[in-house]
Amino acid sequence: MTPITALADLKKGHEALTCDRITVGLATCGISAGADRTLAAFQAANLPLIIENVGCLGNCYAEPIVTVRQDGSTAIYGHVTEDKVQKILDAIKTKTICKELFLGRTLEEIDFYKIQKRLLLANCGKINPLDIDQYVATGGYDGLAKALRKKPQEIIEDVLASGLRGRGGAGFPTGQKWRLIAVKTGKKILVCNGDEGDPGAFMNRTVMESDPFKLIEGMTIAAYAIGSDEGIIYTRAEYPLAVKTLRSAITIAESHNLLGKNILGIEGFNFNLRIVMGAGAFVCGEETALMNSVMGLRGQPHYKPPYPADKGIYGYPTNINNVSTLSFVPLIMSMGAKEFAKIGSEKSKGTAVLCLTGKINRTGVIEVPMGTPLREIIFGIAGGPPQGTTFKAVQCGGPAGGCVSEKYLDLPVDYESLLSIGAMMGSGGLVVLNSDSCMVDVAKFFMSFTRSESCGKCTPCREGTTRIWEILDKITKGLGTPKDIETLKSLSQYVKENSLCGLGQAAPNPILTTLAQFADEYRVHIEQKECPSHSCRNLVHYRINEKCTGCGNCARHCPVHCIAGRLKEKHVIDQSVCVRCGACYENCAFDAIDKG
Amino acid sequence: MPADVNDLKLVESILKKYSRKEDTVAALQELQQTFGYLERGHLELLAKQLSLPLVHITGVATFYTQFKFTPKGTYHISICRGTACHVKNSETLLKHVERKLNIKAGEITTDKKISLECVNCIGACAKAPAMMINEKVYGNLDEKKIDMIIHSLE
Repeated sequence: MTPITALADLKKGHEALTCDRITVGLATCGISAGADRTLAAFQAANLPLIIENVGCLGNCYAEPIVTVRQDGSTAIYGHVTEDKVQKILDAIKTKTICKELFLGRTLEEIDFYKIQKRLLLANCGKINPLDIDQYVATGGYDGLAKALRKKPQEIIEDVLASGLRGRGGAGFPTGQKWRLIAVKTGKKILVCNGDEGDPGAFMNRTVMESDPFKLIEGMTIAAYAIGSDEGIIYTRAEYPLAVKTLRSAITIAESHNLLGKNILGIEGFNFNLRIVMGAGAFVCGEETALMNSVMGLRGQPHYKPPYPADKGIYGYPTNINNVSTLSFVPLIMSMGAKEFAKIGSEKSKGTAVLCLTGKINRTGVIEVPMGTPLREIIFGIAGGPPQGTTFKAVQCGGPAGGCVSEKYLDLPVDYESLLSIGAMMGSGGLVVLNSDSCMVDVAKFFMSFTRSESCGKCTPCREGTTRIWEILDKITKGLGTPKDIETLKSLSQYVKENSLCGLGQAAPNPILTTLAQFADEYRVHIEQKECPSHSCRNLVHYRINEKCTGCGNCARHCPVHCIAGRLKEKHVIDQSVCVRCGACYENCAFDAIDKG
Repeated sequence: MPADVNDLKLVESILKKYSRKEDTVAALQELQQTFGYLERGHLELLAKQLSLPLVHITGVATFYTQFKFTPKGTYHISICRGTACHVKNSETLLKHVERKLNIKAGEITTDKKISLECVNCIGACAKAPAMMINEKVYGNLDEKKIDMIIHSLE
């Protein structure tokens, strides 16, 4: 066994992680909240502390996030926009904490993290994503070093024993997938599916932006295990920062002999990694479509078999795994398969990385042991829906998933439990809907998404999604008939059973789950021509009530000039012209406009 | 600023980097990155370069939503229409921007300064509703915030 010399050189990281420093979270969420300006403001202050950018801690609701370590003690601050930097600087000067922005000393002190178990996300927001020394200091490349002391077959056995299942949605055991391709001879291609197109899911982006070496290490171990020398990370053009970070990380790994030829001095272990950017097609998350896209073709799926493991990119056996799946591999190697398998539920091992968004108090990306009940996630971690509103449903797994109502909230998050009620883990996006959200409108939204993303190859999906959308559109406009419900059910079933790929097969899930759990809402739209959540534009009316002071603000904001009235007198909306945009409602300072 | 589409030397220098069928998407991406959109003449040159029928190139280009066939504005606004943004009223915001700029999604202002489109998800769901202007993401938007951002472009 050749000593792993290159790793021994990467020791400076320990110092960087333990010294006094200020870190600013600079992933996409942070930047959108102004973290780049926050970082610049700290840099301009000429402090004697190291100032560094890190990735995303996951508590996106509190961005921009700043961590200050001074004299060995840490303080995590949230909502630190540029204008608030001075407050933190004052606190640093006086060696106190800035109470106004203070979140906690450690992550464990913050409600958002209390029941989380951060394995995959452990480094995110804590290390500089492109400082390989820091990555190694957190135990990075320990997994690869351990793996390289084993035979490829033993690694596959380990992954099987860990119970790791595909995190892209389908939940196929990763070890089995590897076993299928490991027995092939000749050239093999390893693909990381980072085409995270599910609206509401961004955990892959988080990992690629915040801890890119973990993914690269995972892919290197996978390549060694299955015997591949060519790796491709297929990711989205919509993620410019992730692409940039990965590109730099690959170059750095190459310069340390962690990618390329004779990796870590192991004669004959070669692995080259490159990035292929998608071009905005949701269907390319489907593996056969993805392969076509890599080959420069239209990203349309094809019928399986042939499976990618038999005949993939350019006819070579190809193995495709999700970003999270591959990033779990180094952890399994370093902590041991048995330890990994102790976490989670009976059939779903390890942790689930989930994205919390929608109508909740705390949004972000979280990691919990598989089997954690949805209720604990939504009311514990996310803090429930905003004040004054009530929880209605959570949409699990994106456009392929389903809606889960209050009744099923004690269901544990794992593959089987969610499937049992017609939803699915999918990519792990959880979009919370509250009393303001209309379930028919949400179903229509998903259908408009899958309809536009349907590649058009097979008729059930291409035509079916359009017909379903048309019916839903009719219902949300108050033109539905009782017969529509039956048509929706049978059409959905037909599309589900007859579509070529996963996109069409799963597209009706949001419709079927909302029909099953929120039949009343559909009925009210059809029978009473009303939207109980006052969300469907065509079924909402705005009327001015007695509180009107005649200030004229609504009339000034009305885009179609349909509000009339004299100054200081009650105004009136001309319903025949009103486009129901809600501008008057949003801009009235006197609560004088009724929505209903 | 996008480069001049009539700069054929520049087109040539881009195209010569690509020689295989699998390069189609990457070549289209670089052309669009450079010129802001895909010009028909450039597609013909790419077809020649890759020794492929033009229909292959246009077939691929029209399949992916990233590719545009009309010029983008100096500022290209992409309003996110993902799930989280949808439940946080991104449709109302879209209508607001459309009214404000007096263009529809997919169009460009007469002074060619701002173009507008809807995208399916930019992955900034925790900051919904969100939008991108060129490559910069803006989150937690409301009408006032959008107005301020758009004014700052002018």
